[in-house]
Amino acid sequence: MPDDNLLHFEDMPPGTVFPLGPKHVTADEIIAFAMEYDAQPMHLDAEAGRQSILGGLAASGWHSCAMMMRMMTDSYLLRSAAEGAPGIDYVKWKKPVLAGDVLSGETRVLDSRQSQSRPGIGIVSLRHELRNQKGDTVLESENPVMIRLRNPESPSS
Amino acid sequence: MTNDPYFVPGDCQELGSYVFTEESIIAFARQFDPQRFHVDAEAAKDSVFGSLCASGWQTAATWMKLNIAAGAREAQKAKAEGRVLPEFGPSPGIRNLRWFKPVYAGDEIFYSRTVRGTRPLNSRPGWSVLELTSEARNESGELVMSFDSAALVRLPEAEQADI
Repeated sequence: MPDDNLLHFEDMPPGTVFPLGPKHVTADEIIAFAMEYDAQPMHLDAEAGRQSILGGLAASGWHSCAMMMRMMTDSYLLRSAAEGAPGIDYVKWKKPVLAGDVLSGETRVLDSRQSQSRPGIGIVSLRHELRNQKGDTVLESENPVMIRLRNPESPSS
Repeated sequence: MTNDPYFVPGDCQELGSYVFTEESIIAFARQFDPQRFHVDAEAAKDSVFGSLCASGWQTAATWMKLNIAAGAREAQKAKAEGRVLPEFGPSPGIRNLRWFKPVYAGDEIFYSRTVRGTRPLNSRPGWSVLELTSEARNESGELVMSFDSAALVRLPEAEQADI
């Protein structure tokens, strides 16, 4: 893909919205992730999940973050000139993500500015929200992403 | 309120280390974060990172992997000694996660967690919120990641008070 077709800093002004999902979360995926990264009963076993505070076989919060990441790459990052992220301001796991849930939501650009230290790179502040099929918000997060400027000489932010 | 014997503010626990192989980096990234610098060693050379590096979410999830493993070792030891450990519940979230440096293929990353404090959870009698700051460092001792997290815990005293 020619570079010109990629989303650059100039293409993501504040207020830009990208859809996330839908992503169907299966029991097998929840268990496979938990066996590797978060082997607690409520992430591994349906009965243990039902008896826990979470109320059912529930995805590890880290799995929810990883699924959100995949939704971000599929929606906009893979067709962008993004150069990674320095971190995550916060993640709130607002409600359990349960087996069978369908997650969808959006990323909204809150703010954008040019990097002082790295010419040609801009920083966009993003806010992400995921909801389940009932409309309940399950995850909220904000983070900055580094992205190349299309026109480093005369940027139009 | 924070003078329970289990979580003393400032206590730092080493959680062990994990070697990020090229295979594990690519496997995680293909599933969750297929950006070119995480899935393609050649393409990564042209990125700001300069070489294949792990998804930040793999670096973070591996903290949980080692945290769980350390907890399991502790539980086994406590059982053998007839001690009761706090019960861990869900976490409301994380804050201030920073990826300071890339984790490159072949890096061995050392994880730790430090107790910031505990406070009683008013909405759930018997449960407290444990606040932690966690770190990950590479072989050279350089900080590659840190974050603050919280988790619900039920201390053994509270369990006895319920009876």
